[in-house]
Amino acid sequence: MVLSGAQLIAIFIVSAIAGMGSVLDEFQTHRPLIACTLTGLILGDMTTGIIIGGTLEMIALGWMNIGAAMAPDSALASTISTILVIAGHQSIGAGIAIAMPLAAAGQVLTILCRTLTVFFQHRADAFAREGNLRGIDLCHLGALVIQALRVAVPTLLVAMYIGTGAVQTLLDAIPPVITGGLQIAGGFIVVVGYAMVINMMQANYLMPFFFLGFVIAAFTKFNLVAFGVIGLVLAIVYIQLNPKYNKTAVAAPAASSAGGKDDDLDDDLDD
Amino acid sequence: MEKKLTKSDFFWTFIRSNFAQGSWNMERMQALGFCFGVIPIIKRLYTGDERKQALKRHLEFYNTHPFVTAPIIGVVAAMEEQRANGKDISDGVINGLKVGMMGPLAGVGDPIFWGTARPITASLGASFALGGSLFGPILFFVLFNLIRLLVRWYGIKYGYEKGTDVISDVAGNKLQKITEGASILGLFVMGALVNKWTSMNVPVVVSTITKQDGTVAVTTVQTILDQLMPGLLPLLLTFLCIKLMKNKVNPIWIIFGLFAVGILGYWTGILGM
Repeated sequence: MVLSGAQLIAIFIVSAIAGMGSVLDEFQTHRPLIACTLTGLILGDMTTGIIIGGTLEMIALGWMNIGAAMAPDSALASTISTILVIAGHQSIGAGIAIAMPLAAAGQVLTILCRTLTVFFQHRADAFAREGNLRGIDLCHLGALVIQALRVAVPTLLVAMYIGTGAVQTLLDAIPPVITGGLQIAGGFIVVVGYAMVINMMQANYLMPFFFLGFVIAAFTKFNLVAFGVIGLVLAIVYIQLNPKYNKTAVAAPAASSAGGKDDDLDDDLDD
Repeated sequence: MEKKLTKSDFFWTFIRSNFAQGSWNMERMQALGFCFGVIPIIKRLYTGDERKQALKRHLEFYNTHPFVTAPIIGVVAAMEEQRANGKDISDGVINGLKVGMMGPLAGVGDPIFWGTARPITASLGASFALGGSLFGPILFFVLFNLIRLLVRWYGIKYGYEKGTDVISDVAGNKLQKITEGASILGLFVMGALVNKWTSMNVPVVVSTITKQDGTVAVTTVQTILDQLMPGLLPLLLTFLCIKLMKNKVNPIWIIFGLFAVGILGYWTGILGM
């Protein structure tokens, strides 16, 4: 499928917005759910875009920037993989598989851009010495533009050459054992994202709640909303009953009543 | 005349703070972003050399979770206002406050927003999106941004009104309660997701029995595993991933490794759809 000029411009804009979202991490335009859907919309097959977005979102669930550690880049992975699936006529499984090296490439590119941005930081220092507010604004926004181009340029290149025979032949040359295997891996690759979230929480003492969620899911047909409500109730009850938060107010009476109960129990046992 | 920050200063600071990480760099991280955010405040309060000094003050190293930066902006606004009105607050005090708050607040923001709010809203959205419904992406976008914008708006307001008293809140157990509660919710939902939203099938046949009525009962490894506990393999795999990450293995390599496992499993027939 050869893309029209208007489609290429729209792809450039959407991937620029995804690129900005990736560094800002505010509006979440870099998340697969949003970026794949918009890319799909431009290519004339939004439903496929939404499905890729949902699949990729589950894999990327735990991809997050913590402190100075960069996550794999979901922006570049989302835009290019959607183009490969819809305009390059690949299966969704293959698209997801190609998205992973793209996420790694995007991660390297963002680290590069964030290093280049040091230059803008120093320009801003110079503007601060002059008291030039507009200059500082431009430094900040200029750095943001670089991050937008980081995703928009590679995506545009892929979109431009997707219609050519060479790319098509290359994609079609992938043997079925690879695509089949990737599809199977797609079923359990999501655990990496879950593991990232669990790892980040660093709360081993709260892991019983994880196992409870696991077992309830194994033997019921509850949906996510139900799990959300149960989880919230558990959290509230845990906080309310936790002695750590109730020391000052309840300590004295609780101690005496507990002591009383113990005595009763002792008496019972003596009998 | 006393200098006072106006409603519009706060509004524009709120708008700008949505772009806090735009110039995130390897040297001073969110320093320029913070300065960009508080420019409306600096513009209102200072002129001339004082303004230059204020700009320089807010270009120092700074990095925290992007949403919880809001109360810090609020406190800084309150302190800068007092300073502009002649109160003796040094550069060191303001910077010490920023640096002192950014660590503990990041420790709260990461589990609440990246560990709980986003995975839950995103997986909720994805559950609709997997069926091709546009409702999924919209739900995620609206829900997450609503939470985020409310935290930003009220965070700035709260920080400004409470001023330096915020520090005692940060140190107190109110935030600890919220973080712990969010972690419980997040871990509980993760447990459910590990079970529900993974698929791993080992179709290796253990026994084929033809019953008396002629039906054939095929027992695979997966049938036995499911009788034990559905979702056992993904659970074990999750813990393997956690272990690898604790040993500083880059998650993207684990993903590639699992792709290799999938291809190998499919080729040998140990893993199936």
